[in-house]
Amino acid sequence: MSTTKEIWVFAEQRNGRIAGVVNELLSKAQELAEKSGFEVAAVLPASGCADLCQELFNYGAKKVYTLDDPKLADYQNDYYSRAIAALINDKKPEIVLYGATTIGRSLAPTVAVMVDAGLTADCTQLDYDTEGCNLLQTRPAFGGNIMATIICPDHRPQMATVRSNVFKKEKLGDSEAGETIEYPVDLSGVPERMRRIEVVHEDDNTIDLNAAQYIVSGGRGVGKPENFKIIYDLASELGAAVGASRATVDAGWISHHHQVGQTGKTVCPVVYVACGISGAIQHLAGMQSSDVIVAVNKDPDAPIFDVADFGLIGDLHVIVPEFQKQIAAFKA
Amino acid sequence: MNIVVCIKQVPDSDKVTIDRETNRLNRAGVPSIINPFDENALEMALQLKDKHGGKVTVISMGPPQAVEALRTALSHGADDAILISDRKFGGADTWATSYTISLAIKKLEVQPDIILFGKQAIDGDTAQVGPGVAHFLDLPMLTYAKAVEPTDAGFKVEKVTEDGYEIWEIDKPAAFTVVKEANQLRMPSLKKKMAAKKAEIPTWGFDDLNPIEENIGLAGSPTKVSKIFAPPVKLNKEILSGEPAEMITELIQKLKERNVL
Repeated sequence: MSTTKEIWVFAEQRNGRIAGVVNELLSKAQELAEKSGFEVAAVLPASGCADLCQELFNYGAKKVYTLDDPKLADYQNDYYSRAIAALINDKKPEIVLYGATTIGRSLAPTVAVMVDAGLTADCTQLDYDTEGCNLLQTRPAFGGNIMATIICPDHRPQMATVRSNVFKKEKLGDSEAGETIEYPVDLSGVPERMRRIEVVHEDDNTIDLNAAQYIVSGGRGVGKPENFKIIYDLASELGAAVGASRATVDAGWISHHHQVGQTGKTVCPVVYVACGISGAIQHLAGMQSSDVIVAVNKDPDAPIFDVADFGLIGDLHVIVPEFQKQIAAFKA
Repeated sequence: MNIVVCIKQVPDSDKVTIDRETNRLNRAGVPSIINPFDENALEMALQLKDKHGGKVTVISMGPPQAVEALRTALSHGADDAILISDRKFGGADTWATSYTISLAIKKLEVQPDIILFGKQAIDGDTAQVGPGVAHFLDLPMLTYAKAVEPTDAGFKVEKVTEDGYEIWEIDKPAAFTVVKEANQLRMPSLKKKMAAKKAEIPTWGFDDLNPIEENIGLAGSPTKVSKIFAPPVKLNKEILSGEPAEMITELIQKLKERNVL
């Protein structure tokens, strides 16, 4: 199979802004490039995109393929998938990475069946096996109860989606050099079958979990919906966002916007405080890359203690308010 | 309106654990359920039928026992069910699964106006089969649909995004994956439960679908599982004990030492 020895990152943009996960993936791609000897390139569908390329160079792209067409200004699955599939079929890259955003998780599976590629969703680790020449794609499976490493031995490209905050982004400089390749787009044969007619951004009053430096999360051990107050109180003292386990969201104690875990959000704060969360791996999959994890649980055998840096065994209804009190005193 | 709902039978994943010594899944005694997100797709189908008339057909691909998930769907109000099952389909990843399901849908006597999927299955969590089937059928597709209303030319759809939602117009026929916030599956009725028990559910296998052999099962799956293992355990953890006030004082001290407070 003859391929271009390149690792591509889908450069997702909304309203002319590159999604944060793209830069994280470029940084990871650089690491993979060092092992594999491949070159890092970004693929940028947009309308009028020249000024976005510099940012992609600054995070490690050596090349940017621009797909410039008014129909590609905003994500539309038919147009995006066809434009990217055409580029893949022409250049045959080794690897294509996508952010596991609502866009990436619609686009990547469509492209995968169009170009006969394997696709692994929501990878939490990516590595390159220099002997077998395969991308090692590791992800939680079976509701997060196990980790699985997936390979794609006979198909190229090897494609994966990765959530934001799984890998760290590293800016190389402010004026890194790179090559811009304006790739011709022909969507004339693609019928217009869907149109976006309205975009609504909802203001959630809570601090954005994805960007939070501190997160305090509650699980089933909180006991009842009213008891989330102590979680909110500690969070507010710490300047933290409030997270929750799937069990509490499914029980209707708190809105799904707060859910951390494999079917919720993946977070990577400086400190993650898990209160009354047993630590089903479905939850751990969403928070275990946090810098420091503090777990409060009355069950000393709770699996959350397997990933915690600091474990506090005891009653969260006493410990959490005490934590809040001492933080208040510490700040004063 | 002809509605197809694709459902998957999954193990109740909260109850699956891994044996840390053998790296094998402990699945014994773990009950099988309809993938919870597929329940939302089913309920959306039933509501569309209630409002606009038509027929709801549920399709599932899996081992013979997946017929139980289809019976459950019938008891909730689906009209028809088809099981896609054959040893030759075993080991399929999302690529091969999408291909196989698309062949079954093409085989339906009346082609659907709308095909619904749950947003993802809780065992694999890939969210890839819906978009894959839509492509093999050459249908326009939207993921994360919360509300779908028929219009003259197709559908008007509310699609959930990271920070809000979008309204889309899409031509019919079309495919959607449905989010949990869309609805809650109605209770089964006793009468339908009885009927579901006796319902004849056809099984479509290799000979019925006549697939290209290298596109199905393990051979048709680009991805291979190279290894599975238990998630890593943190080694240098510290367990604090004592009175709550002392524990917290020590914790704050430690967090300060780590420069995170």
